[in-house]
Amino acid sequence: MTEKPTMIEFRDVQKYYGDYHALRGINASIRAGEFFSLLGPSGCGKTTLLRTIAGFEDISSGTVLIDGKDAAQIPANKRPTNMVFQSYAIFPHLTVEENVGFGLRRAALPKDELGRRVGDALAMVGLTGFGKRAAHALSGGQRQRVALARALILKPKVLLLDEPLSALDKKMREQMQMELIKLQRQVGITFVLVTHDQEEALVMSDRIAVMFEGQIAQLDDPETLYRRPKTRQVADFIGTMNFLPAKVLSEVPGGCEVEVAGLGRCQIAADQAPSGRSDQDTTVGFRPETLTILYDGQAATARETPGTVEEVVYYGDMTYYDVKLDGVSSPVRLAMRNVPGRPVLDIGTRARVAWSPDALVLFR
Amino acid sequence: MKSDGVLQRLGRSEAASGLAMISPTAVYAILLLAAPLALIFVYSFLTDGYLEIIRTFTFANYIEAWTNELYRVVMIRSLFVALTVTAVTVLLAFPVAYFVSFHVDPSRKSLWLFLITIPFWTSYLIRVFLWKVILGYNGVVNSGLMGLGIISEPLQWINYNVGAVVVTLAHAYAPFAILPIFVALEKIDRSLLEAGQDLGESRFMTFLRVTLPLAMPGVIASVLIVFIPTIGDFVTPQLVGGPEGRMVANLIQLQYMKLDNYPLGSAIAVSAMLIVTVVSLVFLYLNRRYLRGPGA
Amino acid sequence: MRGGWFKVYALAYLLFLYAPIILLPLFAFNDATVIAFPLSGFSTKWFAALADDPPLHLAVKNSLIIAVTTAILSTALAVFAARASTRYRFPGKAGLMGLIMLPLVLPEIIVAVSLLSVLLMIGVKLSIFTVILGHVLVCTPFCIAILSSAFQSLDRSLEEAAYDLGETSFSTFRLIILPLVMPGIISSLLISFTISLDEFIIAFFLAGTETTLPVYIFSQFRFPKAVPVIMALGTILVCLSIVLLSIAEFFRRRGLARSGAKDTGGFL
Repeated sequence: MTEKPTMIEFRDVQKYYGDYHALRGINASIRAGEFFSLLGPSGCGKTTLLRTIAGFEDISSGTVLIDGKDAAQIPANKRPTNMVFQSYAIFPHLTVEENVGFGLRRAALPKDELGRRVGDALAMVGLTGFGKRAAHALSGGQRQRVALARALILKPKVLLLDEPLSALDKKMREQMQMELIKLQRQVGITFVLVTHDQEEALVMSDRIAVMFEGQIAQLDDPETLYRRPKTRQVADFIGTMNFLPAKVLSEVPGGCEVEVAGLGRCQIAADQAPSGRSDQDTTVGFRPETLTILYDGQAATARETPGTVEEVVYYGDMTYYDVKLDGVSSPVRLAMRNVPGRPVLDIGTRARVAWSPDALVLFR
Repeated sequence: MKSDGVLQRLGRSEAASGLAMISPTAVYAILLLAAPLALIFVYSFLTDGYLEIIRTFTFANYIEAWTNELYRVVMIRSLFVALTVTAVTVLLAFPVAYFVSFHVDPSRKSLWLFLITIPFWTSYLIRVFLWKVILGYNGVVNSGLMGLGIISEPLQWINYNVGAVVVTLAHAYAPFAILPIFVALEKIDRSLLEAGQDLGESRFMTFLRVTLPLAMPGVIASVLIVFIPTIGDFVTPQLVGGPEGRMVANLIQLQYMKLDNYPLGSAIAVSAMLIVTVVSLVFLYLNRRYLRGPGA
Repeated sequence: MRGGWFKVYALAYLLFLYAPIILLPLFAFNDATVIAFPLSGFSTKWFAALADDPPLHLAVKNSLIIAVTTAILSTALAVFAARASTRYRFPGKAGLMGLIMLPLVLPEIIVAVSLLSVLLMIGVKLSIFTVILGHVLVCTPFCIAILSSAFQSLDRSLEEAAYDLGETSFSTFRLIILPLVMPGIISSLLISFTISLDEFIIAFFLAGTETTLPVYIFSQFRFPKAVPVIMALGTILVCLSIVLLSIAEFFRRRGLARSGAKDTGGFL
C-alpha cells in the first residue's frame, strides 16, 4: 500500500514566549486525508502547534511546510487551512447563513450560486433550514456545526479543530465524535484535532501525536499507542496502566529474559520494549484487561499467579478489581467483563490470576 | 536563530502596533494636558510682572499662598467642604446602591440606574442655580414655609454660606457616588453570602464581615470620585457660597482672570492639587491597613 | 414589598434628587417674575421670550458647533485608545493611559487654567476652537471608559476567525469589529455631546469674547428679571438631556440584544 502524500510537515520547530520554551523541537509529518490528533495535558503546547499551522502563532526557528510550501511566507488569511475555534467564534451580529457564507464574500459569487453553496454546507452539518436564524440564538452544538460549515465551505486542504468538543455535555460530545468521523470520511481532507481527552483521540484519529512539555513523546496509530506505549508517561496518559517492578536477567535472541515481581519469569520480545534496551532494574506495564481472574473450575494455565481481592468496583458492563498479587506491595487493577456465569467476587477472596508474556510492555 | 518570515515580523511588532494605535490620543494628551500642567507648575515659581511674567525663579508665590491668612482660610474651608460633602454623599449613597444591587429584580436594575443617573447628565449650572433659587431670600423654601405659616420672616441663614455650598454639592454629586459602589456590590459572588449564612452568621454580621470588605474598592472609588472634583468646584461656591463660602477655585479664577497674576494663581492651583493628592494617598493608605486587618 | 425599608429610602432618595429639577417646569410655566410660592397662573411667555433673544441664539449655535465637533473628535480619539489598550501590549501603556484618563480625577479648573496659560504663551487667540480643545480633553476619558468595555467584550477569536476566512486587518475591522462596537460608539457620541453642551468652566476660561450656552446662562444669573426665562431654558435643556440619554440607553440595550451579551446595567 503506497503511503499517502505529506500535507503538513514540522522540521525542528521551536517556539519561545520570551523565556518560556513552548515548543522544543517538533519533528512530524501529517499525511493528506488523515484524521490526526494532537493529544496532551494543558500547557503541553498542542494548541500552540495547531496555531502555527493556522498562522496565528509564528515560530522562533525551524520550518512548517503546508502542502510542500514554507508557511512562513504565507500570512494566516491566505493559507489553505481553516480553523474551528474552541469558542466557535460565530459572528454574533450575523445570521447563520451570513456566517457560513462569510468566507465566500471575497469570491464575489452570484447570489444564487452563493445560496446553493451555503445550503449544501448547512446540509452537510445537518442544519438545513437554520439559515435565517440569528447566530446568538443557537445552542452549543448548533454553533459548532455552524463553525464547521463555515470552515468547510471554503474547501480547505486542512481543517484545524481546537478542542471543539470540550464545551459540550457528554451525550452531545459522543454524538459529535461520530459525526466528525463521518464528516471527515465524506469530505476526505486532512483533519488536525487538538484535545486533552485521550478517549476522544483514540476514538476519532488515524494517528495521534502525544505531547508533553513542548515535545512529541510518541506519534503512532491508536492501537500501537495503547498496546505499545514508549514511555511510562505516555502509558499513564492513555488509558490505565498497571506498573510492576522487574529485573532484566539476560539478553536472548529476539528479546530478553525478565523477572517480574508478582508474576514470574518470562521472555519479552523486542517489539514489547518500544523504548529500546533497558537497564537491569526497570518497570513492566500491562493494561487491566490483559490479565484475567480464573474462576473455580477453569483450567489451570501455564502462567498463573495468586493474589487477594482488595477492592471491587462495579460498572454494569465491567467490574474492576484491585488485586494484591503475592509479593507485591501495591495492588494492580484488573478489568473483567460481566457475563452470565461469572459472579462478582467479594473483597478478601483469594484469586488465581492468569497472565501471558505478550501482555507486557517493558519500560526503561 | 529566528526565522524571518512575514509572520515573525508581525509578531514582533505588537508593541509597535499598539503604540501606533494609541499615538493620536497620546500625543493629544501630552501636548494639551501634560505640557500645560508642567507649564503652570513652572509658572508657580516665577514672578508676576506688570504686563508679563518675569522669569526669575522664586518661592514667593508659594510663601504667599501658604502664609496669607485669607488663602489659608479658603484652603481649609475647601478641604472641610469637600470632606463633608464626600462623607455625606457616600454614606447616603451606599444604601441606595445596596438596594439596587440586592433587592431589585435583575431585569429592572438598568431602569433604576438610568433614573438615578439622569439628574447627573442634566445641566450642572442649572442645578446649582436651582438651589440658589430654592434657598434664596424670596425663594422656594422661604415662600413655602411662610405660606404654610411655619415662619413669619424669611430665613437668612440657609443661603450664601458654607452650608448652602455643602447641600448643593451633595445633591450634585450624589449619582456620582452611587455607581462605583453599585459596580463593586454587583461583583460580589452571592454564594459567598449564602455560605456565610450557612455557617451560622446573622445577616447583619454577613454584611459586616463579607459584603462590606468586598465592597470597599467601590467605596474608595466613590470617595475619590466625589472628593477630588468637589474640592476644585467653582460654580457652586460662586453662586451660593457668598463671601464666606468661597473656595479654592474661586481664588484661582480671581488670580487668573481679574488680577492677571498667573504665577500666584498657579501656585495656589499646584498647592491645592498637592493637598488633594496627599489626602487621597492618606485615605488609600488607611484603607489598605483596614483591608488587611483581621476578619477581612 | 420587596426591599422593605431600603425601597422606601431609595424612593425618598430619588425624590430628593429630582426635587429641584421638578421646579423647572413648575416655574417655567408660572406667570410671575419671582420664583416663590404660591404659584400664579399658567403662562408660556417665558418660552416666548427665549425665541426673541439673539445673544441666546448665538450662544446656542456656538455650543452646538462645539458639542458636535467635540463628540466626533473625542469618540475618534477614544476608539484608538480603547482599541490599543484592550488589544495590544506595549511599553509605557500604563503611563500613557494614566495621562489620557487623568482629566477624570482633575478638577476642571486646573485643566482650564493650564490650557489657558499654554494658549496665551503660544499666542493662540481664544475662541470656539480653543474651547473644543479643552472639551475633547475632558470628554475623551468618558468615551474611553465606554468603548473599552465594548472592545473588551469582543471575543478575540472573532478577529482570528475573520482572518482565517480570508479577510484583511482593515476589512475585519469594518465587517466584524465596527458593527459590534457600534452601540458603544453611539453612546460615546451622545455622552460627549451632552457633557460638552453643559460644560461651563473650561468654556468660561477659553472662549474669549465668544459665548457658549452655559457661559451665557451664567452671565444672566445676576439679572433677577432673567430668572424665569432661565427656568424656561433650563426646562428645555433638561428635556433634551433626558431624550438624548433615553436614545443612548435604547441603543445600548439594542446592542446587547444583537450580540447576545449580558446586561450589566449602565454605561460604565
